[in-house]
Amino acid sequence: MIKNGADIVLECLLEQGVDTVFGYPGGAILNVYDAFYKYSGKIRHILTSHEQGAAHAADGYARSTGRVGVCVATSGPGATNLVTGIATAYMDSVPIVAITCNVANNLLGKDSFQEVDIVGITMPVTKHNFLIKSAEDIAPTFRRAFKIAASGRPGPVLIDITKDATAGEAEYKKEIPERIDNYKLESDSADFDEVIGMIEKSERPFILAGGGIIAAGAAKQLHKFQKTIDAPVALATMGLGAFPASDPAFTGMIGMHGTKTSSLAIKHCDLLINIGSRFSDRVICNPKTFARRAKIVHIDVDRAEINKNIFTDAHLIGDAAAVLDELNKRLHKQKHTEWMGKISGWKEKYPMKYSGGGEFNPETIIKEIKRQAGDDSYLVTDVGQHQMWAAQFYGIEKPRHFLSSGGLGTMGYGVGAAIGAQSAHPDSVVVNISGDGCFHMNLQELSTAATQKLPIIDVIMNNNVLGMVRQWQRLFYGERFSQTTLNKPTDYDMVSKGLGANAFTVTNMDELKHAVSEALKTRNKPTVINCVINQDHNVLPMVPGGESIEEPILEITTDGKEVR
Amino acid sequence: MSGIITNPVPENSQDKREMHVLSIHVDNHAGVLSRIAGLFSRRMYNIDSLSVGVTEDPKISRMTIVTHADENTFHQIQNQLAKLEDVKHICELHKDQAVLREHVLIKVNNKDTTAIMQICQIFRANVVDVSKKLLTLELTGGPSKITAFIDLMEQFEIEGLVRTGLTGLKRGSTTEAEEAALNE
Repeated sequence: MIKNGADIVLECLLEQGVDTVFGYPGGAILNVYDAFYKYSGKIRHILTSHEQGAAHAADGYARSTGRVGVCVATSGPGATNLVTGIATAYMDSVPIVAITCNVANNLLGKDSFQEVDIVGITMPVTKHNFLIKSAEDIAPTFRRAFKIAASGRPGPVLIDITKDATAGEAEYKKEIPERIDNYKLESDSADFDEVIGMIEKSERPFILAGGGIIAAGAAKQLHKFQKTIDAPVALATMGLGAFPASDPAFTGMIGMHGTKTSSLAIKHCDLLINIGSRFSDRVICNPKTFARRAKIVHIDVDRAEINKNIFTDAHLIGDAAAVLDELNKRLHKQKHTEWMGKISGWKEKYPMKYSGGGEFNPETIIKEIKRQAGDDSYLVTDVGQHQMWAAQFYGIEKPRHFLSSGGLGTMGYGVGAAIGAQSAHPDSVVVNISGDGCFHMNLQELSTAATQKLPIIDVIMNNNVLGMVRQWQRLFYGERFSQTTLNKPTDYDMVSKGLGANAFTVTNMDELKHAVSEALKTRNKPTVINCVINQDHNVLPMVPGGESIEEPILEITTDGKEVR
Repeated sequence: MSGIITNPVPENSQDKREMHVLSIHVDNHAGVLSRIAGLFSRRMYNIDSLSVGVTEDPKISRMTIVTHADENTFHQIQNQLAKLEDVKHICELHKDQAVLREHVLIKVNNKDTTAIMQICQIFRANVVDVSKKLLTLELTGGPSKITAFIDLMEQFEIEGLVRTGLTGLKRGSTTEAEEAALNE
């Protein structure tokens, strides 16, 4: 059937089972928006306030569902506004397809109005990208783009289409999308023998798992693997939810703000098994002392991650679920009573506890929100101190329920991502924990949530400062608080209400309890809960930059002494 | 393209970096060159030279990249390249198992024509342009031959010089198609 390019775009989205897209119209993309008008009963378009919000929403949709998220923007500034969101998805291996339109073929390369080389700009932050210059290329390119985004190690793909290609006509024939089979092993039997030998020889094995478990849907396999080899499990930030936080074998998060138990386990283990985590600098801290007494096995879907940041003794390449199934099938049950006893001893001695005191502190706030929101809630965060407090204290039990910008550390990620998660899970509770710095970055998206009647709960950990940067200034820059004291005149309640949300400002636990329960009852608009907290809270434990993970700072006394 | 040095080799004897020649089959369309060059520069890999041209199949181009890298970095380079959608096939060209050639054009001052011609004869270089003031010479050969020739020409004052960067093919009886199939 002959169709115009814009209609083919919409048909291709339908082919892929896309039900929701997040976007913003503009001149170059007028034809595609004309098609959105025509297809409005079939595809839901959520109009954000800014294209960055659309990119984060597509990301939140993808992380919370495992399906490819889609965002749409026009040429020039529309396209460049997506870039931070695309880079965020790239760093955390999130499958999104970003669709932009560009000026017509005859205007390309002429510095035309709203022309920008978005394919060139996004080359380093996409898995792949395309420039489509004629209508007949649209369908095959879209099919390929969705496949690339979702296969192997997932990631963002950008498709830029010239305006005349969206107007041009081409033959379109509906196709059923190719089934993507990520359940694959690259390593052979001998590689498995080697790793199994190492595991069976180990007396103190330690599992480090990351986002790869979640991407592969391998949480069940990980749990079985843990039971089989009787080893403790730490999670990288991106992996939170891959193993239940309440499980006795869970040592907590690992890395710069991980638990002391995770640090001690890294120090004392004789075998570290990393599954689906990329040994990020925030996890390993100083690479020279990381797991220095241990043999290291690295399991990853991406061969290029092997020996990139940490040299390993053995590796297995493949989808985490496939690798773990194979290991589980071949491994004999192990028992490490003494080692597991040591772990639980450390957990008791060094519990994850907020050390700064006060009744209304980050720990009590996060735990109260979790108590009311429950294990099924989706937790989104912005970036900074509140992000780490949320990661430390919320206790994520399930995969795909923790959405946070781990790799890029994008302030302003939260509201957009929460919109994506809530639109994919309309009946669930979606909580975004943010800070007053992050709130000001993308607060305009609250109006998007209000317009869409999305009941996201936006909690601001409001300490009047850019807390994480300030923490570094306090510890390493002689308390020279350069540009981190905000002192904004913002009336949070008024702004939130002005954008269509409910609003509460709370200063103690009773007020917080009330605000959260009111927010949970509200199902037709967002609620902002502004928690006014002390500006001197620290995120602890903390491994200062360049230091060994083995000795994190556990506490900072009132006179500034570090307790390790 | 030559000398896009992102991470120059320091003159220190501890350096374990060695020269490697990579031959890469890529889709022949716009943007491929910047994808490859961009990967090298953003990951701090070094490029000594890069040459690119179409192959027997017009849909495929071949890039020959000369890089200095230690063993682990060289593995990283190959693994990262393999992730690019446009990259179809990668192989390393070892000096003793491949024909490696470079082409150079040199403009020298035409003061001592006889001496220049004698050296050209030894190297089998050709004179491709001549004027009262300048001689333009061309030479094809392996990298060391080219370098030696340039060194000798320096005494005549080089007024202009261009090297294509290395390019090459594996020796032996395996066809390109067989080689690609073997790699898959």
